[in-house]
Amino acid sequence: MLSCKQTTRLLSAAQDRPLGFGERLSLKLHLLMCKGCTNYSHQMDFLRTAIRHVKNPQEDRRA
Amino acid sequence: MTANDELAAELSAFRPDLLRFARLQLRDDALAEDVVQEALIGALAGKQDFAGRAALKTWVFAILKNKIIDTLRGRERSINLSALAAEEEEFDQTFDRLFKANGHWTPVSRPGDWGDPEETLRQTQFWATFDACLNHLPTSTARVFMMREFLEFEVEEICQELGIRSSNCYVILHRARHNLRGCLERTWFGPGDHPC
Repeated sequence: MLSCKQTTRLLSAAQDRPLGFGERLSLKLHLLMCKGCTNYSHQMDFLRTAIRHVKNPQEDRRA
Repeated sequence: MTANDELAAELSAFRPDLLRFARLQLRDDALAEDVVQEALIGALAGKQDFAGRAALKTWVFAILKNKIIDTLRGRERSINLSALAAEEEEFDQTFDRLFKANGHWTPVSRPGDWGDPEETLRQTQFWATFDACLNHLPTSTARVFMMREFLEFEVEEICQELGIRSSNCYVILHRARHNLRGCLERTWFGPGDHPC
């Protein structure tokens, strides 16, 4: 059973490499039960989306 | 106006965005100015390579990105390992405090719901907070994070480039993301309070 601490590491790693089957499974189980880590997971995705906006300012956010 | 003048005028309109991008990566205003200048000159000189005005900004950013990569490569190649170790130690202390002995969030540190991302990204003020949080990252940590996220290096490439182990690279990237989300939660979203 993953702790929240371990889960944050896995959620970050998921942004950088494909997770293994075991990793995906234990992550899924943890997220089903933990709202805090589910929010953390969305926050990781948010960071990537925000950075994509900085990189491609073509969709002009200031417009 | 000649076609060249027109292109130059359009390009210079991107200058503030280009500068912001370069400053975030290089953390050196003078160097950022130089790199942006070079990218704009490069864009003007290479205008025949460019097809389709709609993507003009994307194209100039791609040129800038390459200039930044060259600049980073020209700097000391390997990262300062003792600075990295200090950043790690500092992080570990604050990170550990977020969790109970069993490794689960303490009630006050539990991440909150940030709501609709698109809504946030549309707010002009958000970007000042975001930049401030990026600039707030410890230097060596930021360098690895910027290479990964902004310059889109793979983890393996970052390790090679900086002479660090890949396991270390994942640790650094986790630290960067964790710091960044923490900063945004403190300064923009407000603390979360959700039962686990």
